[in-house]
Amino acid sequence: MSMNRREFVHVLGLAAAAGMLPGGKVLAAGSGKSLYEVPKFGNARILHMTDCHAQLLPIYFREPNVNLGLGISRGRPPHLVGKNLLKYYGLPEKGPIAHALTYLNFDAAAKTYGKVGGFAHMATLVKQLRAEVGESQSLLLDGGDTWQGSGTAYWTRGKDMVDACNQLGVDVMTGHWEFTYTEDEVRANIQRFKGEFVAQNINLTEDALFDDAPAYDTDTGHAFKPYTIKQMGKHRVAVIGQAFPYTPIANPRRFIPNWTFGIKDENMQALVDEVRAKEKPDAVIVISHNGMDVDLKMASRVTGVDVIFGGHTHDGVPGAMEIKNSKGVTLVTNAGSNGKFLGVMDLDLGEGKVKGYRFRLLPVFSNLLDADPAMSRLIEDIRKPYQKDLSEKLAVADETLYRRGNFNGTFDQIICDALRAVNDAQISLSPGFRWGTTVLAGDAITMENVMDQTCITYPETYVREMSGEEIKLILEDVCDNLFNEDPYYQQGGDMVRVGGMDYTCTPGEKMGKRISDMQLDDGTPIDPKKKYKVSGWATVGSQAPGEPIWDQVAEYLRDQKHVKVKKLNTPKLKGVAGNPGLADYPGKVS
Amino acid sequence: MNKQRRLILKTLMQGGMALGALMAAPGAALAAWMESAFKAKDMGEAMKNLLGSANAQDSDKVRLETPAIAENGAVVPIKVSSSLPNVESISIFVKNNPTPLAASFEIPEGTEPKVSVRIRMGKTSPVTAVVKAGGKLYSTTKETKVTIGGCGG
Repeated sequence: MSMNRREFVHVLGLAAAAGMLPGGKVLAAGSGKSLYEVPKFGNARILHMTDCHAQLLPIYFREPNVNLGLGISRGRPPHLVGKNLLKYYGLPEKGPIAHALTYLNFDAAAKTYGKVGGFAHMATLVKQLRAEVGESQSLLLDGGDTWQGSGTAYWTRGKDMVDACNQLGVDVMTGHWEFTYTEDEVRANIQRFKGEFVAQNINLTEDALFDDAPAYDTDTGHAFKPYTIKQMGKHRVAVIGQAFPYTPIANPRRFIPNWTFGIKDENMQALVDEVRAKEKPDAVIVISHNGMDVDLKMASRVTGVDVIFGGHTHDGVPGAMEIKNSKGVTLVTNAGSNGKFLGVMDLDLGEGKVKGYRFRLLPVFSNLLDADPAMSRLIEDIRKPYQKDLSEKLAVADETLYRRGNFNGTFDQIICDALRAVNDAQISLSPGFRWGTTVLAGDAITMENVMDQTCITYPETYVREMSGEEIKLILEDVCDNLFNEDPYYQQGGDMVRVGGMDYTCTPGEKMGKRISDMQLDDGTPIDPKKKYKVSGWATVGSQAPGEPIWDQVAEYLRDQKHVKVKKLNTPKLKGVAGNPGLADYPGKVS
Repeated sequence: MNKQRRLILKTLMQGGMALGALMAAPGAALAAWMESAFKAKDMGEAMKNLLGSANAQDSDKVRLETPAIAENGAVVPIKVSSSLPNVESISIFVKNNPTPLAASFEIPEGTEPKVSVRIRMGKTSPVTAVVKAGGKLYSTTKETKVTIGGCGG
């Protein structure tokens, strides 16, 4: 049963009062009588959205119950789940804020509080927050992963999202999945975008420079403008872009062969120093797609940055982390995903420095914010040609289907089951993306839901023979990208999802020793020398030969009519008992 | 970039590559000591054969730029420079490659000690730059990861 708006506002008021009083660790929501009343502070308001994954309409999104942090990251945001996260920030275990930030009691709470996000609702919130301080004293930043993640984004090659962002008034953005279109498409979209696209860490390859490929600056080799200066009232703010450093590794290089990426924190330091000397800004901020652990490390090494507004790892973190480095403190935030949150950073700018700040992570509850009429019309126009295909009901979800978490989510399991069934494979592999919306138990699974879970520009499936040794190698490789003790070696995705096999994972081990006890569903040990028939999708090296994953999943769902996970191939975990990034785990933990 | 300059640079590059190929497949013309260094299967042995010693002192005056994760193991860009005086040579070793010595540059007197090269890496490995200066060896090591890729979210 959904709450009506008056009840909702009342509950939000209580939540706000309970968790956000002065002296608490965070101001996760307004400390006024409702969630969206944010008292004015300072003289510059920076709004931050990230990783919306092209979700134009309100959606459900279940936060993870497994987000392990190891070493220095253990027990530190963002590696806290459920009650551990709420406790860390002094937030109540029940109510809308708890629902927005955690998986706790998800099914019931999702019904109570309704859907989240949606560009029309986000637009209303953005307009209100900008109007409060004046247009000239506010900025809207987008951390990227905006042009990918929905059927309409795929079919329009990201153009629908550029138009929606123009309508929303995004001032500056950077990217990651944006680069899974071709270079020409990326450049055309940037042309269409009314804001600015910045990235200090994308350079032309030497060959591309020789061949006169388009560049922002042929002397420095920057493919895009590295930073921009924004006037905010009387003050000047430098905004530096940091795109996802491992795009050509985590995603196909073949779409963007002219560009080379990397963390390049020495270049970042040189740029910050240059900008500070040349432009004399009152604040230097970074719009980043590094992922939160990489941002935290970068903040400890690079000096002179006031705030890093981070994304990529989809962490809804209700407070700004204050990270010390050799010359001062850098704030690091992360604003979740799927349009579910809007970060609000109010800065008090002085001459050449930030004197104070207030940060709030506002959940975007669609039931609580009116839809902006102009944005609603635009979204309707965008969807019209595709509406019929998207609304096809394929099957009914007999349990809640979600993805997010370090290991198999329930929707992943359905995808893995589909791959095995359609391709008659013993084992299936599915990428550990962090996007993909949630379908509630009892609801129909539409083609749109399937596109939300699978929509990429390299969706082709494969079936091939792999030895047990090869399968282990893949698992070890991905696991190291997730659990390497040095964040600079992490790529920010979750563990590859598996179907038809089980294993034991010891996250704290070194590469090559994390995966053990691999066995088929029936308990037969997987022989390193023996060949197995494996099916999967999203190959980065070269285009796979099979039909797109969404067609196979749709075929499977139509055939099943009702779906429920029969066996969740989530690994046994070793060495992580008591880790605050783990709760209600469906497998064995020791 | 001006077309003519590009053409000249391309020609130079191809020339450089031809030279590199010569180094990679040492013939009779190359000194035996160089062949023994490039063919050595162990990093210590390669260093000893090339530079006379397997020991080098860690130094922040040897600046090594490597990607933390290689975008393509077949062409990993490496840059080495040094602020040490009297640099005689710069050498690059990849410990886990079948033959660890990847490149070695003689630095003639009066030349800026700065080199840039693309090397092949079979798997994740420490990459070491060794600078010989004033008859002594100095080094910096960084790890470059070679990964299958994919599955990033």
